[in-house]
Amino acid sequence: MTTHEAAADPAHTATGPLVEAPADAVPGEVVLRLTDVVKTFPGVRALDGVQLEVRAGEVHCLLGQNGAGKSTLIKVLAGVHRPDSGQVEWRGQPAEFANPQAAMRAGIATIYQELDLVEDLSVAENAFLGHEPRRAGFVRRGQMARRTRQILGRLGHGEIPPGRMVRALPAAGKQIVSMARALSHEARLIIMDEPSAVLAHDEVGNLFRIIRELTAQGIAVIYISHRMEEIREIGDRVTVLKDGRTTAANLPARDTPTRDLVARMTGRTIEYVFPDRPADSGTGAELLRVDGLTRSGEFADVSLGVRAGEIVGIAGLVGSGRSELLETIYGARRAHAGTIRMGGHALRPGSVGAAVRAGMGMAPEERKSQALLLGEPIYRNVTLATFGRYARLGFTDAGRERAEADRIADSLELRPRDVRRPVRTLSGGNQQKVVVGRWLLGDTRLLLLDEPTRGVDVGARAELYQVIRELAARGVGVLLVSSEVPEVLGLADRVLVMREGRMVREAPAGELDENTVLDLVMAGSLMEGAPA
Amino acid sequence: MSDSTPTATPDRPEALPPQSSPVDPAVAGAVGKGPAHGSGGTGQLSWWRGDGGEGTRRNLGLIGVLVVLILIGIATRPDLYGDSSWVWNNILTILKLASVVGVVTVGMTFVIIGGGIDLSVGAIVALAGVWCTTLATQSYGAGGMIFTALVVGMCVGLVNGLLVSYGKLVPFIATLAMMVAARGLAAQISGKQTQVSDNAAINGIASTSLLGIPLLVYILAAVVAAGWVLLNRTTFGRRTVAVGGNPEAARLAGINVRRHTVLLYALSGLCCGIAAIMLTAQATSAQAAMANLYELDAIAAAIIGGTLLSGGRGTIVGSLLGVIIFSTITNLFAINGLSTEAQNMVKGGIIVAAVLVQQFQFRSFTQFLGRNRLTTG
Repeated sequence: MTTHEAAADPAHTATGPLVEAPADAVPGEVVLRLTDVVKTFPGVRALDGVQLEVRAGEVHCLLGQNGAGKSTLIKVLAGVHRPDSGQVEWRGQPAEFANPQAAMRAGIATIYQELDLVEDLSVAENAFLGHEPRRAGFVRRGQMARRTRQILGRLGHGEIPPGRMVRALPAAGKQIVSMARALSHEARLIIMDEPSAVLAHDEVGNLFRIIRELTAQGIAVIYISHRMEEIREIGDRVTVLKDGRTTAANLPARDTPTRDLVARMTGRTIEYVFPDRPADSGTGAELLRVDGLTRSGEFADVSLGVRAGEIVGIAGLVGSGRSELLETIYGARRAHAGTIRMGGHALRPGSVGAAVRAGMGMAPEERKSQALLLGEPIYRNVTLATFGRYARLGFTDAGRERAEADRIADSLELRPRDVRRPVRTLSGGNQQKVVVGRWLLGDTRLLLLDEPTRGVDVGARAELYQVIRELAARGVGVLLVSSEVPEVLGLADRVLVMREGRMVREAPAGELDENTVLDLVMAGSLMEGAPA
Repeated sequence: MSDSTPTATPDRPEALPPQSSPVDPAVAGAVGKGPAHGSGGTGQLSWWRGDGGEGTRRNLGLIGVLVVLILIGIATRPDLYGDSSWVWNNILTILKLASVVGVVTVGMTFVIIGGGIDLSVGAIVALAGVWCTTLATQSYGAGGMIFTALVVGMCVGLVNGLLVSYGKLVPFIATLAMMVAARGLAAQISGKQTQVSDNAAINGIASTSLLGIPLLVYILAAVVAAGWVLLNRTTFGRRTVAVGGNPEAARLAGINVRRHTVLLYALSGLCCGIAAIMLTAQATSAQAAMANLYELDAIAAAIIGGTLLSGGRGTIVGSLLGVIIFSTITNLFAINGLSTEAQNMVKGGIIVAAVLVQQFQFRSFTQFLGRNRLTTG
């Protein structure tokens, strides 16, 4: 127990060790080793040769941009996905986890970003979900509650009643329950996916204290965060992922310069091809004017303008309020304060219909759940916002709709070309073309694009960029949100950087470089407090 | 159109990007059967893979079930089926039996495709029937009675729709409450008495035949035809499919999802009003307990007909076939002198079988989606 005492935080008041140290845990021993792990999904190579080495008792940080493959990697370790090739070695033995239960039994516990708790079960029931202590088929509720209380106490949260419904807990409390679940198994490796994203500053302090306790017991922690200062504070070693590959392994977390880490995250293996910017972009009349737009808890006091023929890009992390901002401008969410004007006229707040009539169109972040009728034919998806215009006296004109969709399909080089095919048979990139193409019909003057190239392969990306630029050349204003900084810098004429619900920088794209923007979007420290 | 593409290649698979090749087994199975699909070229889809293809395949299956039921009838009662005039009359009997529930099912199909459910249809039929046969209403004559039934049905449906879309009640709960309340109101209005209809014109609806076919069957045909046009050829139908298939996508495309939901329930109520007149005419009376469990018959018929309970997919023809299959079963048991108890058990079995088949197809579809889900970073 000497390691435990050495690492104990003075604030720690619970008695006894946090968890029973696995009897055979040897600090410093390699518990997990990944070699050349590959995982592909149709249309995308999510993991393309990942190396990872995690030692008992260390906090191993995973760093990478959105889309680098972190989530997929976690799911491989948690038994959700099985790798296509490569070795996973767990405690010296080759391992393949057939399902999440198998991974848990082996001692790998995962705390997901979206906490996977059952809201309407109690704290204790969630902590022991799937492995409830039982006798003769009956759950031993007393024992379960007692053991939960014990674990919660050791986590420094003895005040959470084991019988309380999880629904009634605040975000930080839910995270503690997730952690309690991990400890209810005898976990040797705990994976935490952006655990601090939902926490306030003092709660992060508590989280770090718990992590130190765990590692002192020889438990390994894989810690994922976008916040550099957290990695400095809690991390031991860092592995960097980029485009599904390990670009740097086992860097010292405390002394590696931020510049180096950022360079490893961004060092392009694939060059995106962006269309040339015309010289006269940004000289058109102002189309969209947003002033002091606020939605509490999401973003505050955002002002921006988009001119005809101009592409404005918003750079920001997931959770920075960028998607919420876009949806609010579009009327899909109602602003708490501020005004939105299209061509000088104020829009009726909270009305998508009004926004569309004013000439807005949006390609939302989640193509499949927010934009497409997957079982319906392509042409009906293309005309989803305009079929009423082709109708006469309420009767739809399928021939006209197909003709219009055909025109769009030609101009976007949709493949396969048959517009009567169900849209679900298309690849991600072609589905995105359908969503964008929807707004090329009718008279869209302002296009809002939320992550237009997510899940789109490299070839289709270049085509989409070309389409977007051509639209702008025709006088359409484009407001683009992307978590891929190079995309924003390469495509947009003007860049807005958003962090924690606020605009922190506005500049012509030519005046910014990737590292500057990344520093800006990631500089957000918890010390600055939660977004207003 | 796509036919004009001069470079149409005969082998379609090559035109597909590799990731789009997995096709759900339902379609893949049909590929083998289609005789003339190979020469379609890049731009062509065979009819069964186009817009209505899947629904058409499903409806052919239902017609197959119908044929089997008739064959069972022939096998069990060859004496009756030997008489061609009996066969014709029996067909009319089955259609007449199907007419009232059929009209209700058309409205129900719209509601279900639009992502909802309407448990109150039986109660609305009863309320509309009772309301249009009060002495006061009957004094306005046949026109007044019909007007009353339609307006009452539509208004109750409107309330359902408002509760669901603006009150944000789950459709199941809102219409369950309406089911209880509307029957209660019907009992209150009628004083729990059977109200006899003295109007010869109304009663004549059930007894009149044109060209040897009962008027009730014409009404069913008219409602089904109108429903088919509404669903397949109008913006209303397109919105219904969009709202039920992906409400968020519909909303973000500028469709007023709430208003459309209200209209769907009002349409269902209107169908109930029509059914109330038909049922009142058949019984020459109305009472609060009439149209009992019609909601279950209508839902079952729609489900058997291939309407997806989660919305976004369904056909009017399928629902009609579902209703006809049910009344054919009833008829089959009647001509064999079997009890209604046994009949209900068979009906239950058929519902389960239909849903199992549908689930199988649905599951293969979701598996397809699962395989294609892009889980990056």
